[in-house]
Amino acid sequence: MSGTQSLNGAGPANGGGRGVLSEEIKEQIRGLYPKYPTKRAITLPALHLVHDTYRQVSVEAIREIAELLDLHPSEVHDTMTFYQFFRDEKAPLGKHRVWVCRSISCMLRGGEELLAGLCDKLHVKPGDTTSDGAVTLEFAECLGACEGAPCMLIDEDCHMNMDQAKATQVLSQLA
Amino acid sequence: MAEFEPVLLARINKPDSTSLASYQADGGYEALRKALGMSPVEVTNTIKDSGLRGRGGAGFPTGLKWTFLPKDHPGPIYLAINADESEPGTFNNRVLMEKDPHQIIEGIAISCYAIKSNTSYLYLRYEYGQSYRALKKAVEECYAAGILGKNIFGSGFDLDIVLHRGAAAYICGEETGLIESLEGKRAWPRIKPPFPAIEGLFRKPTIVNNIETMACVTQIMKRGIEWFKSIGVPPDPANPRDAGSYGPKLYCLSGHVNKPGVYELPMGITARELIEKYGGGVPNGRQVKAVVPGGISMGFLTAAELDTKLDFAGPGKVGCLGLGTAAVVVIDDATSMVDVLFNCARFFAHESCGQCTPCREGTDWMRKILQRMRNGKGTLADLDLLMEVSGSIGTIPGTTICGLADGAAWPVKNAVKKFRSEFEEYIKSGKKSVDPGAHLVGAH
Ligand SMILES: Cc1cc2nc3c(=O)[nH]c(=O)nc-3n(C[C@H](O)[C@H](O)[C@H](O)COP(=O)(O)O)c2cc1C
Ligand code: SF4
Ligand code: FES
Repeated sequence: MSGTQSLNGAGPANGGGRGVLSEEIKEQIRGLYPKYPTKRAITLPALHLVHDTYRQVSVEAIREIAELLDLHPSEVHDTMTFYQFFRDEKAPLGKHRVWVCRSISCMLRGGEELLAGLCDKLHVKPGDTTSDGAVTLEFAECLGACEGAPCMLIDEDCHMNMDQAKATQVLSQLA
Repeated sequence: MAEFEPVLLARINKPDSTSLASYQADGGYEALRKALGMSPVEVTNTIKDSGLRGRGGAGFPTGLKWTFLPKDHPGPIYLAINADESEPGTFNNRVLMEKDPHQIIEGIAISCYAIKSNTSYLYLRYEYGQSYRALKKAVEECYAAGILGKNIFGSGFDLDIVLHRGAAAYICGEETGLIESLEGKRAWPRIKPPFPAIEGLFRKPTIVNNIETMACVTQIMKRGIEWFKSIGVPPDPANPRDAGSYGPKLYCLSGHVNKPGVYELPMGITARELIEKYGGGVPNGRQVKAVVPGGISMGFLTAAELDTKLDFAGPGKVGCLGLGTAAVVVIDDATSMVDVLFNCARFFAHESCGQCTPCREGTDWMRKILQRMRNGKGTLADLDLLMEVSGSIGTIPGTTICGLADGAAWPVKNAVKKFRSEFEEYIKSGKKSVDPGAHLVGAH
């Protein structure tokens, strides 16, 4: 992709039908139209579909989502950036996303030590991705699994009662 | 007291507890059938007369809230289910959704019938992957069996349930933040009034209710008003504004306790009984120093306040904000309250939506003051500053749009007041806290 990337700019990235979203994803987004009275309500579901698949939501992807939802790209961008959850092309997610809880119940049972220990082990700071692109490690606020503190979420599965050894073991088994 | 027999959690340990077949084998969806044989007003009155109060934190009477909808509205009317569950210490909604999703769907269907809604959006925090999978499968089973969709049980009542996933933001649990988020916008809470019952989701009349509230609706329809009112605490006759605390409650127990978990008990159990009898006490021979009574927004109980009843009225009597989510976090006497309070302040500074200046700035000031204290650079004047900031932000002083700021202020007010001598000693000693991630600063 060439040229400056701006949301409004009619730069080279804007033309020529060089879409980044697959037809399949676009169909999935269109499939959500009947579930909501406004297309705008599909913003989060659409961002999730794109983010899960491409590990980022690029400026061009925002533009394409906006087109599907009859929105201005800045509206999609505004929503997306409010939720610090979504990554843009500057900091895409690794293959796996690992969240370590730092909130109170986990903190009381070693959550902060767990997070710091895993950062050291993987040579990253919270929020960063390992150099091989395998793991993005970040802190989470309460994951709603406080009975198993400290806990961590790997992609869509929660792992409870972690310690450094167990967490390292689980991470080493990630494909 | 005889052992309390769980009702809301009765099915969670059964094999295959999430399947429609197993739910129906236990009499599932009979309560819905019963409701569909009544008029919507009769169903609403049943919930009203049961005294059920919302389980999401504010404790508002559920049936009464439903009556705030405009009469004879042409529709659509929406039921937005709040499954954003993000108050630190809270996980009972998760257990219900993961282990017994049909109990929730049945409650949603009964509630929608009562409020004349044909569409319910269930707003689920993104991190709850297993809840999502369990609910998705359960909803699909219901459509296939004619329990959702058109003309449910031949009653002429239609209902769709749409699962909608959030994106890791605590503020989406505030009901109007949730509505804005569902509409595809940043989750900036709305100024009230208008309340959602008048103008909510997509500018239509909307009821927002919590997951545990839905489980209670199912059980009240199934077992009746008298059953519900036979459990818990009746209104205090000396207080005409007390609506009572009826029914079973899912207490979440975590922190420094031997047996953390979710316990279903009659409303009004004391913190001491919950921690000692059910939680097996504090590990390593230590003592309780402080207890969060209902999620960190509610503040702290001291060891001397453990006999506080965990009903809607109890925590307020000892200066806490309320019962909140009934998430009880135990803090032992080897833990520094400075560290605990810093953890709470950091949470709220991170989760403030930024819309109101007193909240956006105030939460971060409190975090910074506590950070300074942890670095050994606190002063006694900082304690007064913490009291001043915490006293100035929130809907109670009237400076902010939503209650997040009150929740941010409360642990600070409680801790500085109830544990002042510990804070003073910490400051005077020039002590520093160990931050295991200190070498990682600069991260987001
Ligand atoms: C900052 C904030 C966060 C909240 N988070 C939640 C939540 O995660 N889940 C919830 O049910 N209620 C939450 N609430 C309360 C809701 O605004 C609302 O009162 C509740 O969902 C109503 O449902 P109920 O009457 O069934 O309890 C929150 C309130 C505030 C101020
Ligand atoms: S009080 Fe805080 S969280 Fe609530 S609307 Fe204002 S800034 Fe946002
Ligand atoms: S505090 Fe970590 S899961 Fe709740």
